[in-house]
Amino acid sequence: MGAGIIGAACARELALAGVSVTLLDRDGAAGATTAHGEGNILLSDKGPGPELRLAQLSRRLWPAMVTDSVPGDRAEWDTKGGIVVAATDEGARALTEFAAGQRAAGVRAEPLDPCALSAAEPHLTRDVTAAVHYPEDAQVQPAGAASVLMHAALRAGATLRTGCEVLGAVTWKERVTAIRTTEGVLEADLFVNAAGPWAGELSRRLGAPVDVRPRRGEILVTTPLPPTVFHKVYDADYVGAVGSDADELQASAVVESTRAGTVLLGSSRRAAGFDGRLRPEVLSVIAGRALRLFPCLSGVPVMRAYGGFRPYVTDHLPIIGADPRLDGLWHATGHEGAGIGLAPGTARLLTDLVTGRAPEVDAGPFRVDRPAVIPRGAE
Amino acid sequence: MTRHVVIVGAGPAGLAAATAAVRAGAQVTLLDAADQAGGQYHRMPLDTYETKRPRILERCDWWPGGAVWALERHDERRPPRVHVISGPDGGTRRRHVLEPDALVLAPGAHDRTLPFPGWELPGVFTAGAAQALAKGEGVAVGDRVLVAGSGPFLLPVAASLLAVGSHVTAVLEANPAATVLRGWTQSPWRLAAQAGKAAELAAYAALLARRRVPYRTGRAVIEARGDGRVEEAVTARLRADWSVVAGSERTTAVDALCVTHGFSPQLELPVAAGCALRDGFVLVDEDQATSSTGVYAAGEVTGIAGAPAARAEGVVAGWVAGGGSPARLRTVRRRRDEGRTFAVRLAAAHPIGRRWSGWLRPDTLVCRCEETDYGTLCRTADVSARAVRLATRAGLGPCQARICGPTLAELLDTNPHDRPIISPIRLGELANPPEEKESTP
Ligand SMILES: Cc1cc2nc3c(=O)[nH]c(=O)nc-3n(C[C@H](O)[C@H](O)[C@H](O)COP(=O)(O)OP(=O)(O)OC[C@H]3O[C@@H](n4cnc5c(N)ncnc54)[C@H](O)[C@@H]3O)c2cc1C
Ligand SMILES: Cc1cc2nc3c(=O)[nH]c(=O)nc-3n(C[C@H](O)[C@H](O)[C@H](O)COP(=O)(O)OP(=O)(O)OC[C@H]3O[C@@H](n4cnc5c(N)ncnc54)[C@H](O)[C@@H]3O)c2cc1C
Repeated sequence: MGAGIIGAACARELALAGVSVTLLDRDGAAGATTAHGEGNILLSDKGPGPELRLAQLSRRLWPAMVTDSVPGDRAEWDTKGGIVVAATDEGARALTEFAAGQRAAGVRAEPLDPCALSAAEPHLTRDVTAAVHYPEDAQVQPAGAASVLMHAALRAGATLRTGCEVLGAVTWKERVTAIRTTEGVLEADLFVNAAGPWAGELSRRLGAPVDVRPRRGEILVTTPLPPTVFHKVYDADYVGAVGSDADELQASAVVESTRAGTVLLGSSRRAAGFDGRLRPEVLSVIAGRALRLFPCLSGVPVMRAYGGFRPYVTDHLPIIGADPRLDGLWHATGHEGAGIGLAPGTARLLTDLVTGRAPEVDAGPFRVDRPAVIPRGAE
Repeated sequence: MTRHVVIVGAGPAGLAAATAAVRAGAQVTLLDAADQAGGQYHRMPLDTYETKRPRILERCDWWPGGAVWALERHDERRPPRVHVISGPDGGTRRRHVLEPDALVLAPGAHDRTLPFPGWELPGVFTAGAAQALAKGEGVAVGDRVLVAGSGPFLLPVAASLLAVGSHVTAVLEANPAATVLRGWTQSPWRLAAQAGKAAELAAYAALLARRRVPYRTGRAVIEARGDGRVEEAVTARLRADWSVVAGSERTTAVDALCVTHGFSPQLELPVAAGCALRDGFVLVDEDQATSSTGVYAAGEVTGIAGAPAARAEGVVAGWVAGGGSPARLRTVRRRRDEGRTFAVRLAAAHPIGRRWSGWLRPDTLVCRCEETDYGTLCRTADVSARAVRLATRAGLGPCQARICGPTLAELLDTNPHDRPIISPIRLGELANPPEEKESTP
C-alpha cells in the first residue's frame, strides 16, 4: 500500500522471492515524497547503531538494483562520495570523534587535509577546521530510482494499480483479510503499509495506528552551472539536525550537483503538519547556510524550490515488521530523511521476515511494538 | 488609515486597476518586472514611451523592474505577503516584503506555441516575439515570413510584419472555417457589443487582402526544415480535431516562421496566492475577487479577450480592492461582461485540437531547455507526472516550463503552474534579509 520508493523496493524484493504482489497507490507511482526530496544515499550522517547497519546493507544492495536491465539510466546512480566539513574548533572535534566511531563500525571515513580538500572541492570555502571524505556516499535521482525498482517488480510478476486509495480494512478474528479501496475490495494474505508520511493516517484507517508524522523539508535548485561542486558536501551540523527532536526550523547545508548541472541546496527540517505553504525565510536560511560552504555561488540564480514531508517516528528509526495487533498487517515506513537510501535494505529485511529467512541485520530495533510507534492507549 | 493596495503587473489591466484604486482613495504600489509600464500591448520604442508614459505612474508608488518572486500565505484571513526583488538585473537588486490590505494580480498571459518537428531551429519565432521586435524595435524577423497557429492575434502580427517590410507569404489558422465561424456566431445578439473588436479585426483583414496575403483556415505548420536555420515550412491540412490530413502536405520557402497557438495565462502568482482556477484561468466573481481573501485578479489571467476587456476588469478590481463601493460600477461592469463574452467566443472559435500531438515525432523536442524529446516522454509516462518530469527533466530547465509547461500539462495531465519561486532570485539576494519598506525603492 503506497508506490513510493519503499513500496516499489518491497514489491520487487517480495516478487523476486516468489510472492504474488500487487503494488497500489492512490495517485501515480513515485509521485509523492519520493519525488520531492533528494537522492542522497549516505552512510556519513549515521552514527554506529541499527540505522547505520541498515544503511550499510542497503549500500551493498544498491549497485545491483540500479544495473537491473532497464533501458536508459533512469536511476542516475552516482558514487561520487561525500565530504563533511566543520567550521569551528568545537565542530572539528565533534566531527573527528564521530568519524572515528563510524570507522570502528566499518564505514570508510577518511580525514582530508586542507590540500586534499581544496583539490577535491576547489570552490569550497577555505574557512574549514576539519573535513572527512566518505567514499561510500552515493546518489540517485530518487523518482527515477523508484521507477527502476518498480519495473523490476513488474518484471518479476508484480502488478501495479494506481488511482486506488485504501479506505479501511475487512477483518475477521483480529486478522485483516482484505482492504476496502476506492476501486473495490482487495483480498490478500498480507498487507504492507508503505504510505510514507501518510502511514499514520493509513494505519488508523486500518484500525492499528502507528505514530508516523510529517516533517517538512525544502530544497532550492539553481540554474544549470558548469561543474562547481564535485561531491555531496555538507556541514557537520547536518548530523545534529537529522537526529534532533526540535520542532522549530533547522537547516543544514547539503550541497550537491545533479547530472543536469543544477545544484541542489538542502535542506530544512521543521514540524508543520502537512502545511506545504512556502516560507521565504526558510529558503533564506537554506541559501545562507549553503553560501557559507560555497560563497562563490552567491550570484547564481535559484530557479526553483520544492519540498516534501519526511515520514518520521519520534525515535528516528524506521518501522519494519508485522503489526502485533492485527494479523496480516505489516509496516515498512517511517524512514524520515533517509528513505531513498534505506529502501533496498528495508525491502530485503521485510522479505526475510515475511519468508522466514534469517535476516542480515537485527530487525529488533525496527519492530512495530515499541513506545515511539504505538502510542500509549492505542494498544 | 488608508488602504494599501499592491498591484502586480502594469499592463492594461494593472494600469487601469491602479488608476481606479487611487480614485477610490487607496495608497497604491504598482509593480512590474519590466522596466516600462504597458505590458504586452504597449510595447513600443523607448522614445515614444517617454512621451506617452501613463499619468497614473506619477500618482502611485511605481516600482519598475520590481519582480514578485514569492507570495507568502502567512495568514488565510489576509492577502499574502508580497516578496519583491527590484533593481536592474546584473546590478544590485534589493529585496522587499510588502504587506498589503488588498492585492491585485494582473500578470497577463504569454503566447503559447505547441511543439512541432524543427521548432527549435533559429528563425522560428513565437508570434508575440516577432510582434515585440517589430513594434518595439522596428526589426523584421525575416524577409519571407509565414504566420501560423490559431487565433485573431495572428492578424495584427502579420500587419506589424508588413509594416516593417517583411513579405508575409500567408496567415494560416489551424482551425477549419466551420469551427471559427461557429465560435464567432454563437448567441449573435451579443455580437453588437463587440463591434469595436470586430471592426479592428476587419481592418486587419482588409489590410491583408490589400497586400495580397492569403488567410487560410484548417491549415497548420507541422514541420520546420533547414540547415542550421529555418529554410522551409511544411504545412498540412487539419481536421477539426487537428489531426493531419495525409497527403495534404506542402512546403513553402521561408526565412522566418511565426507560430502561436493562442495564449496561456501566467498562473504562477495566482496559484501561489492559493486562488482557485476554472478551465485553466483564475476564477473571479462579479467584483474580480478570487477565492483567496483580499486577492483580486484582472486581465488575461482570467480569460483572453484583448486589451479593452483587460482594462475593464482592471477598473473593477482596482476600485473594489481600493475600498470603492461596487454599486458605482454599473457601466464598467457591463463592459467587463462584454469582454467576458468575447473571451468565451474567442476560446470557442480558436480551440486547440485534441489530436495536435499527431504531428510530433519521437525525436521532436518538447522541452527546449532540457532537450527532452517526445519519445522519451512517452517511454517514461508509466509513473506519476511528477516522476516523469524529474526523469526527463522536461519543464525543469531555465525557462521553468514557461514555454513548454502548457504542452507538458496536456501530454502528462499535470498542473504546470505550481512554482513557488515565481521569478529567479540569486542565492546572495535570497540569503540576505529583506530591507524595510520605504515609499520609493
Ligand atoms: C526535502 C527532502 C529531502 C530528502 N532527501 C533525502 C535524501 O537525500 N536521501 C534519502 O534517502 N531520503 C531523502 N528524503 C526522504 C525520502 O524522500 C523519504 O524517506 C522517502 O521518499 C519515503 O518513501 P515512501 O515510499 O515511504 O513514501 P512516499 O514516496 O510518500 O510514498 C507513499 C505513497 O503512499 C501513497 N498513499 C498514501 N496514503 C495512501 C492510501 N490511503 N491509499 C493508497 N496509497 C496511499 C502515496 O500516494 C504515496 O505515493 C528526503 C525527503 C525530503 C522531504
Ligand atoms: C504582441 C501582442 C500584440 C497584441 N495586440 C493586440 C491588439 O492589437 N489589440 C488587442 O486588443 N489586444 C492585443 N494584444 C493582447 C493584449 O496585449 C492583452 O490583451 C493585454 O496586454 C492584456 O493585459 P494584461 O494587463 O492582462 O497583461 P499584460 O499586458 O501581459 O501585462 C502583464 C504585466 O505583468 C508583469 N508581470 C508578470 N509577472 C510578474 C511578476 N511576477 N512580477 C512583476 N511583474 C510581473 C509583466 O511584466 C507584464 O508587464 C496583443 C498582445 C501581444 C502579445
